[in-house]
Amino acid sequence: MIAVIDYKAGNLTSVVKALRYLDARDVVVTQSPDVVRGADKVVLPGVGHFQATQLLASLGLTEAIRESLAKGASFLGICVGLQWLFEGSTEAPGTPGLGAFAGMCEHFPAKEIKQIDGKEIAVELKSPHVGWNSLENIRSDSHLLRGVANGSFVYFTHSWRAPVVSATAAVTNYGGAFTSTVERKNVMGVQFHPEKSADVGLRVFRNFVEL
Amino acid sequence: MRGGRVVKGVQFVDIIDAGDPAELAHRHAAAGADEVVLLDITATHEGRGTLLDTVRRAAAKLFVPFTVGGGVRTADDAAAVFNAGADKVSINSAAIARPQLIGEIGSSFGAQAVIVAIDARRGAKLPEEAEVYVSGGRKPTGLRVVEWAREAESRGAGEILLTSMDTDGMRDGFDCELTAAVSESVQIPVIASGGAGSAAHFAEVFGRGKADAALAASIFHFGVTSSRELKAQLASAGVSVRLPC
Repeated sequence: MIAVIDYKAGNLTSVVKALRYLDARDVVVTQSPDVVRGADKVVLPGVGHFQATQLLASLGLTEAIRESLAKGASFLGICVGLQWLFEGSTEAPGTPGLGAFAGMCEHFPAKEIKQIDGKEIAVELKSPHVGWNSLENIRSDSHLLRGVANGSFVYFTHSWRAPVVSATAAVTNYGGAFTSTVERKNVMGVQFHPEKSADVGLRVFRNFVEL
Repeated sequence: MRGGRVVKGVQFVDIIDAGDPAELAHRHAAAGADEVVLLDITATHEGRGTLLDTVRRAAAKLFVPFTVGGGVRTADDAAAVFNAGADKVSINSAAIARPQLIGEIGSSFGAQAVIVAIDARRGAKLPEEAEVYVSGGRKPTGLRVVEWAREAESRGAGEILLTSMDTDGMRDGFDCELTAAVSESVQIPVIASGGAGSAAHFAEVFGRGKADAALAASIFHFGVTSSRELKAQLASAGVSVRLPC
């Protein structure tokens, strides 16, 4: 069973739609810690404020997720769901993340340094980072990105980003490199929206469903 | 879309049939469109809500970002459109009538889910003097486009969809001056719309027009080009695009 956690952060319709399109069996949208404990796979979607993840702790879901990860269930965090796997985010400093990966998520810088005619010039960086961008430095042992080529485009919409860590499985460049896929054993996250990333996104979901 | 069918006009009038919304949405996505936008152009004028069943059918097998506009007047209307499978709503007349709506939808669904659509007409005037029109281009508001774009941003819009009524459907190029004027006055992405006729027009609006994205209808609906062909041409002109798609 795949438990898709509903923590009232945005819209789950398209994630569930994509999983069902791939014939994933037993997709359950839930807020129940017991359902999460009984799932083989857990998906934490989320478009919205990092603060919304506070609800995971108050509903007892954080503990349920820790237990199911310890038992080996596969976990996929999407967007804020990836960020939550880190220690926290400057978007909501009082709300801790799961801490599976080290570091804090931070806002994109206001400016980036570009080389123009051999000179370094600071230019404004639009935020949020909205639209299609590419996956780079894909780790060849990534299960989640199996069959996804370097340079493949996926869809992003976010203003905070996760740092590059040893578990980073792909980066994307926007005002510098950030973690667009993270993967360590059964704990995985993507900053992009696979449910909105056409064939590449469906491939990522299929890889997860088939784990 | 009008009356459940995809239609396309020239300068918002002379509207002709282009097909079934769900079928066209899937066809465009398969042909490499990066996003699909469905605007119910007579919902406001006819005083009714968005055609949710059509949205649902169009969203069913669509796995690229899907924006729906027309007839969204309250946060509840927006919720119904999201539940039917949209990722973003585009609001226009209702945001002018009640600008708080932008923040109301944003606070529940995030700023990324709110696009403020602006229909602009300037005739021979300067870009800064372009005026906002509502109700499917039927009513002038007296508001300046650049000022309204700034206000929409400050109220929490995630993107601006800027349609030039002067260039709409003419296939003679985007209004690059107007697009640049808006793009330079806001931080959020600006999607240029109205006037696409060739790859060169897209290259122009991404360059001189400073657009973050561009929307086209006629050339795709009527098979003048596909997104894939267009992107291949843009890539060879040095524009960064999603390829292969």
